[in-house]
Amino acid sequence: MRPAAPARSREVGRTGLAFSLAVCALAVCALAACGPAGNGGSMAAGGDGAGASSAYTFVPLPADAPARFGFGAQAPDARVAAWDVDVKPDGEGLPPGSGTVADGERVYMTQCVACHGPTGTEGPNDRLVSDAPWDQWPEERAVGNYWPYATTLFDYVSKAMPQLTPGTLSASETYAVIAYILHLNGVLPEDAVMDAETLPAVRMPARDRFVVDDRSGGGEVR
Amino acid sequence: MASNERSGLTRRAWLATTSGVIAAGVLKTQADAVKLMAQEAPAGRAASSMIPGRLVSEVGRRAPAERPRRLLRAEALSSSSRTPLQDLYGIITPADLHFERHHGGIPDIVAEAHELLIHGLVDRPMVFRMADLKRYPAVSRICFVECSGNGGGAYNRDRMPTEITPQALDGLLSTSEWVGVPVSTVLREVGVRRGASWVLAEGGDSAMMSRSVPLEKIMDDALLAYAQNGEAIRPEQGYPLRLLLPGWEGNTQVKWLRRIEITDRPTMTRDETSKYTDPLGDGTARQFSFVMDAKSVITFPSYPYALPDRGWWEIKGLAWTGRGRVTRVEVSTDAGRSWVDAEMQPPVLPKCTVRFRHLWEWDGREAVILSRATDETGYLQPTVQQLWEARGERTSYHHNHQRAWKVAADGAVTFGLGDLV
Repeated sequence: MRPAAPARSREVGRTGLAFSLAVCALAVCALAACGPAGNGGSMAAGGDGAGASSAYTFVPLPADAPARFGFGAQAPDARVAAWDVDVKPDGEGLPPGSGTVADGERVYMTQCVACHGPTGTEGPNDRLVSDAPWDQWPEERAVGNYWPYATTLFDYVSKAMPQLTPGTLSASETYAVIAYILHLNGVLPEDAVMDAETLPAVRMPARDRFVVDDRSGGGEVR
Repeated sequence: MASNERSGLTRRAWLATTSGVIAAGVLKTQADAVKLMAQEAPAGRAASSMIPGRLVSEVGRRAPAERPRRLLRAEALSSSSRTPLQDLYGIITPADLHFERHHGGIPDIVAEAHELLIHGLVDRPMVFRMADLKRYPAVSRICFVECSGNGGGAYNRDRMPTEITPQALDGLLSTSEWVGVPVSTVLREVGVRRGASWVLAEGGDSAMMSRSVPLEKIMDDALLAYAQNGEAIRPEQGYPLRLLLPGWEGNTQVKWLRRIEITDRPTMTRDETSKYTDPLGDGTARQFSFVMDAKSVITFPSYPYALPDRGWWEIKGLAWTGRGRVTRVEVSTDAGRSWVDAEMQPPVLPKCTVRFRHLWEWDGREAVILSRATDETGYLQPTVQQLWEARGERTSYHHNHQRAWKVAADGAVTFGLGDLV
């Protein structure tokens, strides 16, 4: 595990938390009922109406199946730490380092500008900057008006960007370019510094826009 | 000429046939063909029966005249390609025609060196090689995979297409027999701790494509899939290992799967926040819209086909739902004024496409044909007006509304939804 951000919060947004709790309740019940000889197929139907399907798919493991087959190998701590690179909304997983808006502009102008344009609006790839209202979809869906969590920027940029040389930015360069992008979107002032503590604290304009999927089949079109 | 007439074969037909045979690689040279032409085919014998056929081969190939192809977008750097729905039969998609959607290209992965790490809220973090995973009791499942962006080309009132094929509109849909080990089986090995409620699935591609999935779904019917239609999964589909979540949007079924972290909350990755969320008309956006709702598409007749004459035609298509089984498919040949039940060709499997057909006597007058599916929850595939009303006209993803085709009096078929809205 990378060092967690100091002020770890369990609050993942109303949407995520509510969804988590609902799913958690079901999952815990199911795990408890499952038992060592159980199998996914014996579990309660999900909210997606999946229950009827399991009998078709899953041949339950035989009663004498072992609790553990003994396949696979224990993962060394170092392996887990090296591979566990994602960043959670509360900042868990953010590495040491820091970056300023000014540093980020230098990173952006060398690493990002070709695909995202001089001001983050020109493309040819995804638009990064916008404060347009939501109804102007899709051209205007960008970081400033659509991304609900600033931590997602670190998770995504560190994994997938720059597109042709992913994984080559340092942690501080990543913090910096995120600071710059957030500044272009009017979310951060010019003197902002991003690090493992400040990034999760950024309140994104779209944060409260997201709602849990309320489709559940049946007679109502949602 | 007299002998040719006796044999029922004109010289012209001979020429056409032999050139076809040359194209097929049966004959090496035109000289062979000329030699063959010198012979006379006895009455009742096909030209193909006059020479021995090709020998066996290690890997087969399609008949040269059959050229189903995935459809690429015009851009050189396209990251998706579409299944030729109108060219296929039954429900299984040949693996090399399965639609593609990549977020960082197709990685080259050496299966023997590939490892899956499972860690997080577990008793024992573990790594599994492919040989380990293949040793577990396996299951097979025939189900569809559909990109939730499929069909978005026929949603915008102002940009409703007319000249669009089933492939171009809905080709981000494919069906395969997948084989793998239930994730629930492998999770016994690591021991999931109480309090766990989500998993993060991460790929080994250059985007390290990541999605959060509720543990409930993982325990219900998720597979670690390593085979597709009888062979190892194709590189485009996640070789050597992908997550398979029957009935859920394709993006969640992470390909080139390399890491699973058991968590107590979603990670809020890019592809579950800024992408694959559905902006609604009320200013909110629907998140974690995992399940693919009931949908059907008529694949024949469809653009650019033209019915050559009136009379009996079989309307054919595919229906599917992520919420269990399709229980009914209806077809209308009068622009939705009346509906009749279509035949559903067994098997009708849960979270799988089903082939439907309806025998139709076309009277030669302009007609608009539609289909609509009902699933086992009682959900009826909505009209586009119903989706506009429920989600607004600018939403994205999950465009499962009814499709229409217009058959003109001259038999020409075009996409017909625009005429109905």
